[in-house]
Amino acid sequence: MAGGGGGRLWLWWLLAALAALGAQAKNSEDVRCKCICPPYKDHSGHIYNKNVSQKDCDCLHVVEPMPVPGPDVEAYCLRCECKYEERSSVTIKVTIIIYLSILGLLLLYMVYLTLVEPILKRRLFGHSQLIQSDEDIGDHQPFANAHDVLARSRSRANVLNKVEYAQQRWKLQVQEQRKSVFDRHVVLS
Amino acid sequence: MVNAGEMNGSGNLMDFLDEPFPDVGTYEDFHTIDWLREKSRDTDRHRKITSKSKESIWEFIKSLLDAWSGWVVMLLIGLLAGTLAGVIDLAVDWMTDLKEGVCLSAFWYSHEQCCWTSNETTFDDRDKCPQWQKWSELLVNQSEGASAYILNYFLYIMWALCFAFLAVSLVRVFAPYACGSGIPEIKTILSGFIIRGYLGKWTLLIKTVTLVLVVSSGLSLGKEGPLVHVACCCGNFFSSLFSKYSKNEGKRREVLSAAAAAGVSVAFGAPIGGVLFSLEEVSYYFPLKTLWRSFFAALVAAFTLRSINPFGNSRLVLFYVEYHTPWYMAELFPFILLGVFGGLWGTLFIRCNIAWCRRRKTTRLGKYPVLEVIAITAITAIIAYPNPYTRRSTSELISELFNDCGALESSQLCDYINDPNMTRPVDDIPDRPAGPGVYTAMWQLALALVFKIVITIFTFGMKIPSGLFIPSMAVGAMAGRMVGIGVEQLAYHHHDWIIFRNWCRPGADCVTPGLYAMVGAAACLGGVTRMTVSLVVIMFELTGGLEYIVPLMAAAVTSKWVADAFGKEGIYEAHIHLNGYPFLDVKDEFTHRTLATDVMRPRRGEAPLSVLTQDSMTVEDVETLIKETDYNGFPVVVSKDSERLIGFAQRRELILAIKNARQRQDGVVSNSIVYFTEDPPELPPNSPHPLKLRRILNLSPFTVTDHTPMETVVDIFRKLGLRQCLVTRSGRLLGIITKKDVLRHMAQMANQDPESIMFN
Repeated sequence: MAGGGGGRLWLWWLLAALAALGAQAKNSEDVRCKCICPPYKDHSGHIYNKNVSQKDCDCLHVVEPMPVPGPDVEAYCLRCECKYEERSSVTIKVTIIIYLSILGLLLLYMVYLTLVEPILKRRLFGHSQLIQSDEDIGDHQPFANAHDVLARSRSRANVLNKVEYAQQRWKLQVQEQRKSVFDRHVVLS
Repeated sequence: MVNAGEMNGSGNLMDFLDEPFPDVGTYEDFHTIDWLREKSRDTDRHRKITSKSKESIWEFIKSLLDAWSGWVVMLLIGLLAGTLAGVIDLAVDWMTDLKEGVCLSAFWYSHEQCCWTSNETTFDDRDKCPQWQKWSELLVNQSEGASAYILNYFLYIMWALCFAFLAVSLVRVFAPYACGSGIPEIKTILSGFIIRGYLGKWTLLIKTVTLVLVVSSGLSLGKEGPLVHVACCCGNFFSSLFSKYSKNEGKRREVLSAAAAAGVSVAFGAPIGGVLFSLEEVSYYFPLKTLWRSFFAALVAAFTLRSINPFGNSRLVLFYVEYHTPWYMAELFPFILLGVFGGLWGTLFIRCNIAWCRRRKTTRLGKYPVLEVIAITAITAIIAYPNPYTRRSTSELISELFNDCGALESSQLCDYINDPNMTRPVDDIPDRPAGPGVYTAMWQLALALVFKIVITIFTFGMKIPSGLFIPSMAVGAMAGRMVGIGVEQLAYHHHDWIIFRNWCRPGADCVTPGLYAMVGAAACLGGVTRMTVSLVVIMFELTGGLEYIVPLMAAAVTSKWVADAFGKEGIYEAHIHLNGYPFLDVKDEFTHRTLATDVMRPRRGEAPLSVLTQDSMTVEDVETLIKETDYNGFPVVVSKDSERLIGFAQRRELILAIKNARQRQDGVVSNSIVYFTEDPPELPPNSPHPLKLRRILNLSPFTVTDHTPMETVVDIFRKLGLRQCLVTRSGRLLGIITKKDVLRHMAQMANQDPESIMFN
């Protein structure tokens, strides 16, 4: 359950943001009728885009100016393929920005955990504490000090300490998982 | 570990931060659950609610809410799974194109979206528009030429390496369980195994984020298997909100089966196929109630994905095709050939991949996961860029291969020699001779096929989320398209041969190479995963045409027969065996004539069975027994002389009960006698207080006699989900058979290594 509250909040927020997207007004640029007309006689191929509704999405409404004279229009239009497409540019924008921000936050947290925290802990507690537990020798992985901090932080029971306690428990869990997956190759080959 | 929430009354909101109290009903990590106990606990709960519902209106409403909670969970799972799949699709679309260029007007648009509103696309260069620029154009202002090509190549490789490195670092630091496909582990979890954290929230977050990164990096993997894992994580998350599911491991697995169906449904846009996949491949027990609920979850997920509309045309999958050209009976011959190819490729892939994964497990290769990922990504990017068929994402490749060539195509694959006077509508173009572009495309496809076959063997199983469906479909689609073009040209140039004469007149549209690509994809996917019904249903839901069921079935059946001739296991069962999970497959048949005495422990020459007596052991004796052995449970007998069976006690419950008693009850010391009987006898006044442990005793353990055939025993284990079974003769306890013993025995009978079964 460690880190669970934070994870839960993220998911609800993501759900809410994306549910709100469904009610967004459509951007008028987000619908189009695309007609692709291949080369015909001596006219080269062309692509026509126009902002029309679905019932008007056919060759006669979209292709203008018509490159061929009157009697050939039917033959020309028979070879054209018209498709109605719509998209939601707001959805795309919000999704990409949310994804990039989550990725950025994870990267920052990862940099903090792997690089910054060991340096801070080394400065605060000195070299001797690190060499104590022999599990940490050769263990250059993140969360290497979780055992120590876990043992130390059971004294007071206020919110900040609870959060740190939960975080240390989570780090222990991840360390166990990492041992079984990466080191002993017990689970997940 | 006392519950700190009780001491600190103000911490209700922060209770989730506390460690969960390990009470008597929970299981340890990497152990199997007791299906019968979970079922009886659920029946008890239901009976209690039903009886209380008659008391007041409020209780009645609570009973209604309890009945409806299942449907609420399914709705929530469908919504979240659909949303996450939409996010993944949109992000993959954008990041894949990021390797090649960027949209200047709005950086969050992919190539196609960027050129969507542009009026400057021409027929020949329908992909180009001025708003989207390749990296070489942006950096050195050149778009053609050798230096531009080399710069684009270099940046492609750099982006691919960057994405892959980020992905493997995130997996390593935050959620090591997020790597791999997930389906073998989910199969094992659904059969009753516990892997704590495998379906957790961090695993969900990291798997979603890194899945986008690895698919965008151009590696030869897909996102379908990981989407099943993501959906099951969502299922686990929502079932923990309702006590009906969070406290009962058996009911939770019903929810997970439905969530797996929702996962496949959003991956392929195939709700029915998803339910059948969950039924056939993933689930262990699938009651009918789960069938209906899975279908509901799959539909909600598909509907949510459609409303997010990631591909801009209300389609769920990138390669939805919709042609209706008929096929002919004579074409069954190449379809069956494609089936044979699929079966052979499946066997080859499974053998090579398992060998490589075994090497990764046992040798030094496994010590450098990050380096391995970077190396494979570099090799993939370097070889994939020059070939236009491997440079683009695999889904786009499959989409192009599945599609039929109209008169409007500009790709090399459709470079047929057109008749300028032809005036047919676009869906009925007759067969045409191949132009030079088609020949170029054929040998490029052949090179791409070989490359994909080789590189997927090394990619599947790395320490990043990796799926298998898309690469297998790509291999099959490439092979199928090549065969299809071959048959088409053969029919065009030799339409007077006897095999073509009846059904292929000149000027008619006889052969659709896109259909061959679909059939090839189905054959390869079936050869690797050994899916049957679910594969055909997924493929025809992908195509929207019921008329292609027969070719798909022919290819799927042929590939399964050919592949089964070489080995019985699909890729997921093979990975389960590789990891030694305690998975008793329902598909295996046990046909040997061994008896229960041959498998039970203790064997002849081993130490006798460790038992507890019902009223003659002290607390110290029990603790010594627990400390000296590591068995998961102990049978309780009347006495050491008459070994008549009373019941079975679990190790974990003994430990907890003794610890509780020492802490809470007065007078319980090491010399206290442990009583498993109903009424302990009257004791003299100064003897220590007895410890009554009747309530943790299972009074109805399963027993078989020593002459029961192992066939029956295996059947009992499978159908009831037992963990252990006691062997008696004339009422006296002889030995015990655990699930591990059964699995080892089956492995031994199949001439495999019985020591590979690792877990209980």
